[in-house]
Amino acid sequence: MVVAVVLILMVVFSVLFAIFNPWVYVPLAADWGELDTLIDITLYITGAVFVAITLFMAWGLIKYTNRPGHKADFEPENKKLELWLTIATGIGVIALLAPGLVIWNKFITVPDDAVVVEVIGEQWTWQFRLPGPDGEFGDVSNMEIYETPFGIDEHDPVGQDDILIEDNELHILVDQPVRMDLRSVDVLHDFYVPNFRAKMDLVPGTVTYFWITPTVPGTYEIVCAELCGLGHSEMRGYVVVDTQADYDEWLAEQSSFAELMAATNTDTGTQAAQLEE
Amino acid sequence: MVDANIDAHEGELHEPTSFITKYVWSQDHKVIAVQYAVTAISVGLVALVMSWLMRMQLGFPGTLEFIDAAAYYQYVTMHGMIMVIYLLTALFLGGFGNYLIPLMVGARDMVFPYLNMLSYWFYLLSVIILMASFFVPGGATGAGWTLYPPQSITQGTPGYDWGIILMLVSLIVFIVAFTAGGLNYTITVLQARTRGMTLMRMPLSVWGIFTATIMGLLAFPALFVGGVMMLLDRLLGTSFFMPAMVSLGEPQTYNGGSPLLFQHLFWFFGHPEVYIVALPAFGIVSDLISVHARKNIFGYRQMVWAIVIIGALSFVVWAHHMYVAGMNPYFGFFFATTTLIIALPTAVKVYNWVLTLWRGNIHLTVPMLFAIAFIMTFVVGGLTGLFLGNVVVDVPLSDTYFVVAHFHMVMGVAPILVVFGAIYHWYPKITGRMLNDKIGHTHFWVTFIGTYLIYFPMHFLGFVGMPRRYYTFDDMGFIPESAFTLNSFITVVAIFVGVMQLLFIFNMIWSLFKGKVADPNPWNAASLEWQTPHTPPKHGNWGPALPEVHRWAYDYSLPGAKQDFIPQNEPQKKGVGTGE
Repeated sequence: MVVAVVLILMVVFSVLFAIFNPWVYVPLAADWGELDTLIDITLYITGAVFVAITLFMAWGLIKYTNRPGHKADFEPENKKLELWLTIATGIGVIALLAPGLVIWNKFITVPDDAVVVEVIGEQWTWQFRLPGPDGEFGDVSNMEIYETPFGIDEHDPVGQDDILIEDNELHILVDQPVRMDLRSVDVLHDFYVPNFRAKMDLVPGTVTYFWITPTVPGTYEIVCAELCGLGHSEMRGYVVVDTQADYDEWLAEQSSFAELMAATNTDTGTQAAQLEE
Repeated sequence: MVDANIDAHEGELHEPTSFITKYVWSQDHKVIAVQYAVTAISVGLVALVMSWLMRMQLGFPGTLEFIDAAAYYQYVTMHGMIMVIYLLTALFLGGFGNYLIPLMVGARDMVFPYLNMLSYWFYLLSVIILMASFFVPGGATGAGWTLYPPQSITQGTPGYDWGIILMLVSLIVFIVAFTAGGLNYTITVLQARTRGMTLMRMPLSVWGIFTATIMGLLAFPALFVGGVMMLLDRLLGTSFFMPAMVSLGEPQTYNGGSPLLFQHLFWFFGHPEVYIVALPAFGIVSDLISVHARKNIFGYRQMVWAIVIIGALSFVVWAHHMYVAGMNPYFGFFFATTTLIIALPTAVKVYNWVLTLWRGNIHLTVPMLFAIAFIMTFVVGGLTGLFLGNVVVDVPLSDTYFVVAHFHMVMGVAPILVVFGAIYHWYPKITGRMLNDKIGHTHFWVTFIGTYLIYFPMHFLGFVGMPRRYYTFDDMGFIPESAFTLNSFITVVAIFVGVMQLLFIFNMIWSLFKGKVADPNPWNAASLEWQTPHTPPKHGNWGPALPEVHRWAYDYSLPGAKQDFIPQNEPQKKGVGTGE
């Protein structure tokens, strides 16, 4: 009897907790509101099943706990009942899976008007590259990253105008769909901005991606969501969603690969000259 | 050696006589089962202490100064690996499998007793190697229990030099031990059942353990090859899993390997592993519910088929652990569909447990209380699986505390509740004494309500987006301050629940000497292990003649019968048949 009452109290506690707890999604800043809706629907459906099963069990415990003269019923099986329960469960599963797959299809299909940004993970920092005016990235090699900025092939003409951002903060334009190409130079990382809902692992040796349409200007935290060693919890950064004017201003301050190379060569040249003296 | 299924005179059973052959180098499945269980629970206590240290860092950051980032990730890794493999897998299959299979199917022992003995000693060796990794230079590996390369074998991860090698060697030795045991369990079930014990008369405990064992024999080889290949990458500089990359400022010599290949191998093992732990729990809890509700398990045949179907399906869902791992995104459609299909046979099992209670004659014994707690916990853990399995819903939730809460509910707490119920249930047969009931009730309430308070609120931290495997959340602006208060609360409850497990340990030791002497069949159960001529059963289990089985294991409250149970070895009579 006590256990039945406790089960009922736990159901009441769980439902009230789910309604009134202060730990909810962070404000949405990208066009993935469908994900929040689907999570809510899943929560309602599974919550109803949880309440139904637990209360039914509690009721059974109240009615059928051993008392003098009480005997159990004898019923080996009830195929009809089991069939109906399975069908009902199947309908619930389809109700969750079908919208899930439709939204997944949208999640992996990048719109044609998306611009591209490259996200580079290195223990334990974030860097970014924009393709520059020509819209294409130059060739890179992980093995060259200590030779040229980002390991870009200095003889590749496409790479000269690539814009390199080394300071953990990426700016993107509001309402402009953007594909994040993800690349790691060492171990696995995961580019996760809770306000965008989307995340994907960075895998060395390959390029992965996801896309978003940022909808609300503001500054949002990047966290690494795949264990990447001792500094995993320090691997943070920011994405700033800008209006057009702010974005242009920021972009003007960034340097291209060619500019960085020129600066480095001048430095090296000066140093060499000093050494000769 | 004992022939598994022949009648014999006592003298011909070659009972061991010296202490060493009886209790140390024992070939008796009952002794090996206890050896397995004691070792598994001991190493589990080490993992429990590590969970306290982790929780201290999360709930009260910086209070314990010796917990730096390296130590924290080592606790995370070792806690996970020990709990999943060295505690749960070893306890369910090596412990319960060894003890229950021969007694439940009416065999004198496992079919290969010597191999069975080797299985335990290899298991012990794997545990020793694993524990040794704490004491090598650099300490144990801190790569997370998934051991994902490249970070598991590159600098920047604790234990990348020695710890990971010992971890991989220990896993390989464990798999050798499991294979020796697993062949025994499978062949004993297939070949050593006594007269009349058809497959469809076996208790669901045996069905669960049997199916899980076959799954283990198919799944562990994937981990084995993954482990060997990673050892080669680490020791010989091969590049199975290692692409061209740098590491903390140093270009590496690796080239052309695939980190994703390891993840596929790992989860091809790792997902069935979830069910290798869950199916024995499903089977055992079915028997606990049936016995203590004095009612046959509802829909026995559907329950058997559900176990077999879950076992088969679990081999085609592995990549649902990799939705955001960067694999081909089109895999998501396939693996989400297969994953959600598993919900159907799993739901059938839950319905049938509850329907077994319905119109039963429920005795709220300690094993029954743990079984009820299991159903509730498993329902929560199973339903949250519908979030994570449904590919696109997994995107925001994966690698957050939602995942941590989900898998602890479904494959941590739920199976452990069954372990407790099962030990309270079978302890009288194993030792001949009852466990103390009052301590049992206290242990039950603290464990059931405590674990719920730990893990239920934790799901909501995942909705916030709080990432898992984080040593520190300093300066993380999007997480509200109240989340850290919740973390402190969880830590306090976790440490309290953990300490209260000592009650259970105390109960097991105290009752061994001072417990009430048990009847041979204290729960009036129908299955064969309660019908042995001696309690605890002697070497060879059945005395001179093997039992003969005439009915299934669930003849409870049969109309017209004198008692509310009929043992499996009682012949069928006119008027009172059988429910099978």
